[in-house]
Amino acid sequence: MFLAIIQRLWQMLFVMFGISVLVFLIFFATPGADPASRIAGRGASAEILEAVRKSFGLDQPIYVQYFTMMKKIFITGDLTSFVNRGWKVVPAVLDTIPVTISLVMGAAILWVVFSMIIGTVAAATKDSWLDRSLMILGLIGISMPVFWLGEVMNLVTQSRFHDTWMFSWVPPLGYKNFIDGPKAWFLTLVIPWITLAILYIGLYGRVLRANLIEAMQEDYVRTARAKGLSETRILLRHALRTSLISFVTLFGLDFGALVGGSALLTEVVFNLHGIGKLTYDALLNLDLPIIMTTVIFASFFVVMANAVVDVLYIILDPRVRKA
Amino acid sequence: MTALVETRSDISRGPWATAFRRLRHDKVAMAALIFFCLILVSCLSAPLYAKWAGVNPFTSTLDATIMLDGKQTAVMEQSTEGLGLGYNPIGPTWQLGNYFLGADNQGRDVMARLLYGGWTSIIIASGATILTLLFATVLGLAAGFFGGVTDMILSRILDILWAFPVYLLAISLSIVMIAHGIDIGPFTIESGSLWLPVFIIGVIYIPYVARPIRGQVLSLRESEFVLAAISLGVPSHRILFRDILPNVTTTLIVFVPLMMALNMLTESALSFLSIGVQPPDASWGTIIQDGQGLLYSRPWVALAPGIAIVITVLALNVLGDGLRDALDPRSKIKLGRG
Amino acid sequence: MLEVKDLKVSFRSEQGLMRAIDGVSFNVGEGEILGMVGESGSGKTVSLLAVMGLINDPNAVIEGSIKFKGRELVGMSNAEMRKLRGREIAMIFQDPMTALTPVYTIGWQIAEQILAHEKISKSAARQKAIDLLAEVNIPNPADAIDRYPHQLSGGMRQRAVIAMALSCNPSLLVADEPTTALDVTVQAQILDLVRKLQRNHKSAVVFITHDMGVIAEIADRVMVMYGGRIVERGQRNELFLKPKHPYTKALLDSIPPLEGEKPKRLRAISGSPPSLLNRPTGCCFGPRCVFRFEACSVQPDLGKSGHAAACFLKGAQ
Repeated sequence: MFLAIIQRLWQMLFVMFGISVLVFLIFFATPGADPASRIAGRGASAEILEAVRKSFGLDQPIYVQYFTMMKKIFITGDLTSFVNRGWKVVPAVLDTIPVTISLVMGAAILWVVFSMIIGTVAAATKDSWLDRSLMILGLIGISMPVFWLGEVMNLVTQSRFHDTWMFSWVPPLGYKNFIDGPKAWFLTLVIPWITLAILYIGLYGRVLRANLIEAMQEDYVRTARAKGLSETRILLRHALRTSLISFVTLFGLDFGALVGGSALLTEVVFNLHGIGKLTYDALLNLDLPIIMTTVIFASFFVVMANAVVDVLYIILDPRVRKA
Repeated sequence: MTALVETRSDISRGPWATAFRRLRHDKVAMAALIFFCLILVSCLSAPLYAKWAGVNPFTSTLDATIMLDGKQTAVMEQSTEGLGLGYNPIGPTWQLGNYFLGADNQGRDVMARLLYGGWTSIIIASGATILTLLFATVLGLAAGFFGGVTDMILSRILDILWAFPVYLLAISLSIVMIAHGIDIGPFTIESGSLWLPVFIIGVIYIPYVARPIRGQVLSLRESEFVLAAISLGVPSHRILFRDILPNVTTTLIVFVPLMMALNMLTESALSFLSIGVQPPDASWGTIIQDGQGLLYSRPWVALAPGIAIVITVLALNVLGDGLRDALDPRSKIKLGRG
Repeated sequence: MLEVKDLKVSFRSEQGLMRAIDGVSFNVGEGEILGMVGESGSGKTVSLLAVMGLINDPNAVIEGSIKFKGRELVGMSNAEMRKLRGREIAMIFQDPMTALTPVYTIGWQIAEQILAHEKISKSAARQKAIDLLAEVNIPNPADAIDRYPHQLSGGMRQRAVIAMALSCNPSLLVADEPTTALDVTVQAQILDLVRKLQRNHKSAVVFITHDMGVIAEIADRVMVMYGGRIVERGQRNELFLKPKHPYTKALLDSIPPLEGEKPKRLRAISGSPPSLLNRPTGCCFGPRCVFRFEACSVQPDLGKSGHAAACFLKGAQ
């Protein structure tokens, strides 16, 4: 057990290291992409370029640059932005975390609850009109670009139907802190939650249905039938319980990725200053320190989510537990 | 019971013929295929449409006028709101060939741009799919078949890419490459070229396909017919190409429409963030971005390309489901995360 | 107790109607062990799944009559059937490796069945589960009850499945090749156990197998199935000593004798079982039968009672 934890930690570190190196190389060592010329702007003279290189430490060997940056992120925590040189990056990133977590958590609750209901109902009524329409709806959910859905949501709730009783409660775009007022916090996030959740409801609902139908073909379900259990009990206590194992794996990966910045498009459309929006803004300015920090943060969340999934796995699947 | 009989008659027909027959009987999948072909043909006819409508969808035409209900109407109307300084593009006329969906903020015919943009989107999605499948197959085969150090190194690299949120990777690559293009030895892509998004989207999804392929190759390698071939002394390249590749092909074919759907969504997202397709080229994603500023006044500029994406991706997903059912009835193949 | 009359089970398929069971009639008396032999696809399992009401394929058509303690099971509502299943009629499956839900302890799974049919407390159900595990000779039952299926060996799992099947004292126990997936030594233990439990619980048992040796060991009466029909039935000793049907004979010939001179080659039955779609007209064993003659183009009847074979030769060859 102890060994497994050490191994897991080692694996986490390896993946995080790999990702940070990869991102560093993408931005600092891609042929033709010179960070100094980006900072200096187009058509900067050779002297200015040289000065910029020196000032930002870009004249040093690439591995020194890498380690300096890592030291500034993890040890001294005083990495500053390239664009706005007084701006400390680490606190800026930490500030965005509550926004992203609020967005992703709420959406996750929605999509887990609804996809479970949809997947189970569809599997229970397999091949009926209800099953078919649920699956088509799920497929439509999967086929929608999330940013476009967000815009349509905005069009409906902020403009076209904003003055009707249906959407008059929708506050203007932007994030409100939870501490400043839970109600305002909740109201601003409702529409973003729904928008982000729709894709995953479709995806998870379909996956769960397929898993349930597969599980219902298993021998142990036949045993359960032979025991005289009701179909509902068989579906929920036997088939759904065993299907949850793969459901949780999928959930862990998606949740980690979303907290790690994949919710970017939703954040951009709804003007929520979360980690994804911060990354995106930094990308547009090519503010490399911020990009590096957010990406390492992202990989940390993805790897953490994987570790949590492993733990959940042990809880859900006794076969993984060692006797 | 039914399965037993089915396999018997299937053997006489051959797996491909059976799959094809099953697909042809799948009405929903066939409808999706026909629908996708219709979209393809309409997008292909974009130049014809533009010529017939007499518009150039790539240059701004702020002073153009059209005949509407027998009246000469300006495409860009003087704004009546606020100080009256701005211009409002004309809304949808719902007359084919006559600014059917209205104009965008540069007075360009949205309908014509939609057709051109669709072609770009489809080209990028297909190109990236080919790239992904090609590399993923090579990597998956190499890792799964040769095992050992090759497998370890490749799997570690795929692990890292896997843990990297795919949109962040795509955005990072796009940002760096959008200004300078790619210049690695003999391999160059100009900045602003359509090949750039093809390359980026193609690369980021490699692990999503390579992983399942590797898994499949691994299990095939342990299967009895391959072990038998090895013990008979069949050379490994022959096993690879005669025994393993044909089995992997089924997986690859199922992946084609699903990857195209995924790529189309990714392309639109990148273009929406203005780091995908670059002007003057248009794609459905860039048109949505053009429409973002006009969202509350002229929503159709953003709505129309979004609807186009949804129905195209939907058709591809339905087709993918049908293909999976036809080629792989027990559905062992699962896309990436699944 | 169980009376099956002219049972027919068919499946609609793309290629037409497949008849898996074609007019099967048999009785099971109280406390009796009926052995059912036949190769795979002969319809043994399907006929018993029909008795259990476990054929829930929408394409299945079940005709005929199945009477259990005087009640008609064909066409009985699912809710009614559910009350019988697990309480009055229990089933043991072939592969103990996959027959238990992997995520629950065996104790939980046994208690689940007890609680589904009896109004007792959870702790009483648990105690009962421990007693049952002791009865099927699982060592340390109080400890084993909290084990997950994967932590037990195949033989132990099959014992747990048997304990579960017996948990409500069923009057009929259906065992579908319960020993096939097990090692030979474990097989013998399981057979002993089934016999012992059958005596203690006074249940009737229908025991399916393709192994003539197992049948010889356990059955009071034997039914031989081929191509969805019963081709021979009789008391065990009669049937083994004086087989009447060429198929039964061939089955017995394919077992190597334990004593006397060993044959140079074991005799295999040539040909393959009939397709369910195009069954031969007349006797379905006809195409593989060495004694075939003109009369065999008509389906022979199985005699009404006693030792009987569906063959015109009636053992006269």
